[in-house]
Parts: sequence; structure tokens; C-alpha cells
Amino acid sequence: MSSEACPYPADVMRSNQIHPARIIEKREETPDIHTYRLQFEEKEIADCFAFAGGQFNMLYIFGVGEVPISIVSDPENAHILDHTIRVVGRVTEVIGRMDVGDVMGVRGPFGKGWPLEEAKSKDVLVVTGGLGCAPVVGAIEYMFRRREQYGHIRIMHGVKTPRDLLYRERFDQWRKEPNTEVLLASDQPEKTWRYHTGVITELFDIVEMDPTNTICMMCGPEIMMKLAARRLTQRGLPDNALYLSMERNMQCGIGLCGHCQIGPYFSCRDGPVMRYDLIAPFLARDV
Amino acid sequence: MRAGTIFRLEKSGLDRLLSSLIQQGFRTLAPIERDGTVMWDVIESAAALPWGRRESQQPGCYRLEKGDANRCFDVVNGPQSLKSLTFVSREKLSSVRREADAGVSKINFYPVRPEAEKIAVLGARACDLAALAMQEKILTQGEYADPFFTARRDSLLIVAVNCMRSADTCFCASMDTGPKAISGFDLAMTELDAAFLIEAGSEIGSAILAELSLPVAEVGEIEAAAAAIAAAAASQKRAIDQHGLPQALFDAHNHPQWDDVAGRCLSCTNCTMVCPTCFCHAVEEVPSLDRGESERFRSWDSCFSPEHGYIHGKNMRPTTRERYRMWMTHKLGAWIDQFDASGCVGCGRCISWCPVGIDLVEEYSKVREEP
Repeated sequence: MSSEACPYPADVMRSNQIHPARIIEKREETPDIHTYRLQFEEKEIADCFAFAGGQFNMLYIFGVGEVPISIVSDPENAHILDHTIRVVGRVTEVIGRMDVGDVMGVRGPFGKGWPLEEAKSKDVLVVTGGLGCAPVVGAIEYMFRRREQYGHIRIMHGVKTPRDLLYRERFDQWRKEPNTEVLLASDQPEKTWRYHTGVITELFDIVEMDPTNTICMMCGPEIMMKLAARRLTQRGLPDNALYLSMERNMQCGIGLCGHCQIGPYFSCRDGPVMRYDLIAPFLARDV
Repeated sequence: MRAGTIFRLEKSGLDRLLSSLIQQGFRTLAPIERDGTVMWDVIESAAALPWGRRESQQPGCYRLEKGDANRCFDVVNGPQSLKSLTFVSREKLSSVRREADAGVSKINFYPVRPEAEKIAVLGARACDLAALAMQEKILTQGEYADPFFTARRDSLLIVAVNCMRSADTCFCASMDTGPKAISGFDLAMTELDAAFLIEAGSEIGSAILAELSLPVAEVGEIEAAAAAIAAAAASQKRAIDQHGLPQALFDAHNHPQWDDVAGRCLSCTNCTMVCPTCFCHAVEEVPSLDRGESERFRSWDSCFSPEHGYIHGKNMRPTTRERYRMWMTHKLGAWIDQFDASGCVGCGRCISWCPVGIDLVEEYSKVREEP
């Protein structure tokens, strides 16, 4: 059903109203990271729920509270709602113990996602680091499902030690895609490490890229993104061709509760994916 | 009756105004002396107003004192603005219940329907009206409208009072928000020794004035009132120089004054609680002991609370230095980008109610100096 047929105005869909959704599949990514497939209990909500790649939902756990989680499934198939969740705090701890058939609440979708339209017919550089890059996995898979619409895709991922490398099979799978390159870096590798030894920014120097025809998407620790963005713009990538996924304390999702501010922005409303030229002065800062 | 006409209300006529409001079904509130200050409380007779009282406000200090016996509105303000009437400190948003349907366990959501009683508030100041307008902009004029604020605002009747004196902590003149109420009221009064001047700012205000059938004020009294309000503005010792904002505060990120103020600030959150524009809030989950039901409450939050900048495993603002910087940079700076005007209306409450007497205006002027 198209969004025009939705009987609910957007603000009602997304503001305070939480809708129950049942877990219909739970897939293990690593022992403490799982992907949960949710289905709305109310048919009319399921029918009119629509989202853009990179947006997030507030997931609600009865008696515990809410947590913002990116939607990683494909926006063109909006009745499938996948969220990849790592056990890191109070709410995700409870989610980690939930299983197929359990019910949580969903409020959303919120925020601005990845520039998947703008990146069409361009080369794409994905730069990720650290443990959690789930927000960008959905964007990568979106592009591979429409492989012919995008130019060269290069995925760079940096970890401290090889033990921190999650989604190993996904990287191997992506490597097999046409016109695609996957580069991994570890600055504290073991003997069996077959990839680059060093920090991720060094990878920029060993590849050829066309900075005038590239869109870069980044996700990872803020200090890594700050250094990587600086290096890439020095290499000629325009600062408005770089997009960063910003993490802040997002509680309401609608720019009203005040917690997630970055400079003049509310990251839940103006982000979480934000363009580098707008956010650069406030990166790795508290205000 | 011509719009903008200023009428004269005898001091003894104030009870007629109160009766009119009460008869129309308004729960009528006014600043009443309590706990060494004035607080909004139900009023039935003008005698309950703080006649002959005024206050002295200094950084970290608020004292009620003896004033002019003919005046009942000489206490400029107490810790409460209009915020607590429209964006209440704790609001129940919804109940969530675990219920079984044909043997299948479910969770069902029961949102609270926003409802509000009719409230008339007597004695709101120009800075309070400016703050209310700002909160209205934030909470109802963006992409999402807060139905609780809207319901309470729509049920609120405001009788403003123009300030005939300024507290030492007032700086509304420099923020262009006072001391005269320009808009956003139903009625506005000015208190002279012998009588009140009163004018309507809305249809309901005009109807109330028509019902009271008051004489038109004399030119001499209108001029005396204007002169007194201008004198109150001129008497203000504090001022915020807004030139170069917001960028100047973003640029002052590493100023040593943040360390200095952090050495005094207790992160107690008082400034944000008394601030009439602060809108940060958090939702609290209150499950019943049998876990059959959970209620969701929205409460005021503060950027001085340790959890405000917390994301799993990391606090974006771990110490008071970052929290004070956040408060001022947002209030006086980023707010302009977000809502096209300063977040400060110059009411001075954050100065008076700071337990260690930190003066926002003074800290700001130091942050603007070359280190």
C-alpha cells in the first residue's frame, strides 16, 4: 500500500505513539549481536509504515524504556523491518534475551539517512571502523541489490585487533561483488592477518580514486571519522560529498527532548547521517 | 470599544476582575507569598496578593522585603515562570499493558488524552510571555507538535502585568523581551499608586473589559505609566551583548573561563529548572510491581544531569565544565540557529536561584573576552 493511503498523518505515526511489533526472526551475527526481524501487530500500521535507508526506529521494551536502532533492511520492502542490535546497555540487555514471538514497541521512523539517491551513478567509498557499523550495512546491501546503479564501490574497514572484526563473512561476500573492493586494516594484527597493518587513513594513500565523482559514507568512532574526513578532503574529496553517521543520546527522535545536540543540530532530526561540511566544526566535541 | 484602548481599574476593582474570571470557570492563579518567595497559587480575593511587598534579587540571593503599601505587583518574579503551567514538570504520556488475546500475549498502548483545565493566570511578566512564545514555537511549530502543551496553552488565559521596577538580576531590556508586555496576553495591567491601567490583547480580554465597563484612562496616567516602565528598563544593570552570536560561543569552545566556572558550579540543575525556556525532557518508565502495566512519564531533564550526554559506555559531557559550556552555548548561541532567537529572555532567574551565585551575564561577558 502506498503512503498516500496511510490513514495516519506522519506526525501521529512518528511522535509519541508506540506500535507493538513481534519478533518473527532472530539471527545471530556474533554472540552478542543479533538481527531481529519485526512485524507490526496492527495491519494498518504494517501497511503504511515506510522508511528511507539509514533512518532509525525507537524500539520500546515493556517496563524498561526505549533505544534508537537503525533499520538495516531494504526500504523498498518496508514490511520487513530488520534491526541489528548489540548488547551494550540496559535496554539492549533485555532485547538480547528476547526471542521469536516476543513483542516490543516501535516508534518511528526518524532522522535522515544515507545519500543513496545522490550516490547513484557515482563511485562510493564506505569507511567504517571499530565495533559497530550496523548503520551502514543496510546502505551497502541496498547498493548491492541495485549494483548496476552505482559505480565502483570500495569498502574500507579498520579495527584495532582482528578479534574486533565483525561481519567477517559479509566482507568476504561483498568482496565477490563486481567492480567492488574491500580493504581491511588492523593496527594491532596477529600473524595470520592478511590485510593492511596500520590505521584506516593509510588505506586512502594506497588506492586510486576520483574525488570529483565519489560519495563517501562513514560510520565509526567519531575521532576516526574526524581524521579520515580531514585526510579525504585533503585528497580532494569535496566536503559536501562526505556523510557521517553521528551517535548521540537520542531519546525522543523528533528533536524535542534536547539530549542529542551537536552544535546547532539535533542529531535525531538533522542526522544521524550528517554532511561533513555542516558538521565539521563540531566533530568530536561536546557542544 | 476600540482595540488598544487603555482603561482605568480602581484598586478596589481588582476583585471584580477576579470574580469575572472565576465565574467564567477559570481556575485563577496569582503570585502569592509562600516559602519566602511568590508562587502561583489559587486566588479568590485581591487581598491575597503580596501588598506592600517587593523583593531583592542578587546572584544566589532572593529576599522578600517591605515595599510600597499601595502596590500588589511590585514583586517582579519568583522561581516559577509560565513554563510549569503549559509544559508541566511531570506529564503522564501513556500506559502500556500486557494483555493476552486468545492465549497470545500482547502489549497494548493506551495514550493519555491531552486535556487541560481552564486556568487564568494573573501577574505574568513580559519576559514570561516571551518565554511562553518561545516554548510554543519549539514544542508546537516544528514538524511535530506536542499535544499536551497545545491543550494547556489553549486553556490558559493570561493577565500580564507590566514591570514598574526591575530586580537587580533583570536584563530583559537587552534581550528585547520587556519590561512592557507587547503581545501574547489576554489582558495587560500597569499598576499605579491610585489605580491600574488595563488593556485587552485578545477577544476574550476585550469581552472581560466590556463586562467590567471601565472608564477610559486619562492621558496623564498613561504617560506616567509609560515613563515608569521606561525607567524600569533604564535601571537594569545587566545586559547581554548579542553581537557575533552564535558563532562567537562556538569559537569560545576552549576558553579558560569554562574551567573557572566549573570550579564553582555544583551541576545542581537549578538554573535549568527555573529557566522559562529550557525544554529538555526525559521519559521515565514506571512498571507496576506485578509487571502487568507500565506507565510512561515525561519529566523535565537538565543538561547538568550526568545522564544527559550519555551514550552507551561514553559520556559526551563528563564533567561540569562541558555541562556549563553546553548550557550557555545552547541558551545564548545554538538556540539562535535552531529557533531564530536567543533562548534567554533576561528574566534573571538562573542568577538568583543559583545556590553559589553564578551570574550568567558575567560568565558570558568573560567568555567573550580574549583569554
